[in-house]
Amino acid sequence: MSATPIAVSVVAPRRFAIDSGRRKTRIGVAILGMLVLIAIFAPLLAPHDPDAIESGRVLRGLGFSHPFGSDALGRDVLSRVIFAFRVSLSVAVGSVVVAFVVGIPLGLVAGYRGGWTDTVIMRPVDMLLALPALLLAIALIAIVGPGSLIALLSISVIYVPILARVIRSSTLVVTSQTFVEGARARGASSRRIAVRHVLPNAIGPTIVQASVLMGFALQIEAALSFLGLGAQPPTPSLGVMLADGRDVLTQAPWVEIFPGLAIAITVLAFNLIGDGLRERLDPRGVTR
Amino acid sequence: MTAILEIDRVDVRFQVGNTDVSAVSDVSLQISEGEIFGLVGESGCGKTTLALALIGLLPGTAEVQGAIRFQGRDLVGLPDDQMRGLRGDRISMVFQDPMTSLDPCFAVGDQVAETIRAHRPVDRRTARDRALQLLHDVGIPEAGRRYGDPPHHLSGGMRQRVVIATAVANEPALLLADEPTTALDVTIQSQVLDLLRELRRTHHTTILLITHDLGVVAQLCDRVGVMYAGQLVEVAPVEEIFRAPRHPYTQALLAALPTAAQKRGALRVIEGRVPDLSDPPPGCRFAPRCPHRMTECDRVPPIAAEAPDHLVACWLSEATQAAAGTSAAERSAGRSRGASA
Repeated sequence: MSATPIAVSVVAPRRFAIDSGRRKTRIGVAILGMLVLIAIFAPLLAPHDPDAIESGRVLRGLGFSHPFGSDALGRDVLSRVIFAFRVSLSVAVGSVVVAFVVGIPLGLVAGYRGGWTDTVIMRPVDMLLALPALLLAIALIAIVGPGSLIALLSISVIYVPILARVIRSSTLVVTSQTFVEGARARGASSRRIAVRHVLPNAIGPTIVQASVLMGFALQIEAALSFLGLGAQPPTPSLGVMLADGRDVLTQAPWVEIFPGLAIAITVLAFNLIGDGLRERLDPRGVTR
Repeated sequence: MTAILEIDRVDVRFQVGNTDVSAVSDVSLQISEGEIFGLVGESGCGKTTLALALIGLLPGTAEVQGAIRFQGRDLVGLPDDQMRGLRGDRISMVFQDPMTSLDPCFAVGDQVAETIRAHRPVDRRTARDRALQLLHDVGIPEAGRRYGDPPHHLSGGMRQRVVIATAVANEPALLLADEPTTALDVTIQSQVLDLLRELRRTHHTTILLITHDLGVVAQLCDRVGVMYAGQLVEVAPVEEIFRAPRHPYTQALLAALPTAAQKRGALRVIEGRVPDLSDPPPGCRFAPRCPHRMTECDRVPPIAAEAPDHLVACWLSEATQAAAGTSAAERSAGRSRGASA
């Protein structure tokens, strides 16, 4: 009849949620960290030149000198995956970073100022959101021309509205709180309130969103490259490799499987991080 | 004593959808330098709205008429940047709920320092030292260790002390305290009241204390204003209000205070409900609930001095009747709005 069992039952689910969130984030960060190291040290890790064509080893299966086998042009799949991953990851991360830098100020200003400013900023954003993401990217590339950098920018064009909307809605919630009024009552300037008080309190959901978006960005990059709109051969990109492997899928599935796995693992890592962060920021687990 | 704040026939209206809500109606009031003035009334009677009007923090949907002269300068219609210069410097405010009025992402000490740096050209270090001293002054133990803590590491009473430290950081001339003790338990409440009293003593700060707690008023205030449904109905020194309330609302309010002698379960109440402010009664807004209602009550009773320091707005009062007579005469003589108070 002591108070202890009650206390435990109240605390336990919350602790569990935090622990589970922490674990997910940790695993995600560990995987991603490894992948980033691989991307950075690609030239040291790759056993062969990723672009070296050797007619003598066309479509060779898995073996000691070529752990992941070789492709239709006799290029080492492992080396190509490592270098391709480097390109794909840079595009994915870069696109989210660009979208973040552009989208966050837009959404913050729209949500904080409200009224006219809000309308002027958010209507075009809504229009962009209404277009299908991949089609939008393809249309942009059709105008400007293919390439990794263009793919990166197209993906950020897709993401700016998403991030702007997320930060805007949390800005609206934060702005209505008393401490913002308190900061006003202390005579802080609007800009300072927006940047120092509203932004730090509103940024959480956006960071979660951004980490999930990075996973998607990797997929979009792969899709664009697969369609020949992203990285241009011979630059290895995971999408380009998938496209190459498609023709020899039945004879040499490893050409297709390993880039596919690389995409899957990376997306998993981003999603684990996003999911874990979300659980930690919202320990009651109300959403989802 | 000179008046630091003159509120002259202030009206605050809110546009909510298509309806016009009259939150503060024709309030005139003078507050002297160094006094602690209590503004009492039930929730929604316009106390907080009036305070927000004073500090210029009403939402955009609000429309203010009349004049609010602070140290001789009219605050109504003052440009934003000038108003901002006053906020947190000459006029500052303590909010009701210390749990929500501090930024959860900001070290408590930095919030104090921010107030200083918003108004004084001092460097980070100086502001920090000053903030530390303030935290110490408002009675935060181990202020140095507490400086970097986020608000949620502090108890409610401690947080309210931090809020007060931010409010007094620049030694304001006028401190608006909006129910500063409502969210606190009784022990902490009295400590916070002591702190406010101490502030007045050391810095000669004028304090406008907004509360619905007559006990707090009795402990702290020099004078009291009673508001009902947006109208100021009575102003008097605190002993006067408790000894000889004139307005029927004040009388009913005091009669409703439970006493130890009272039978259990028998709380006295004021019959009826607060009027809808989007469609208030035409004259005295208390009239529908008033036991002394008469035909005159359909006209707004001007507030007038019954005794030199006791103002009341009720047709039962001869002062009000006389004031209504003179202002009617003034109006017929072609003069603009008469000064009735």
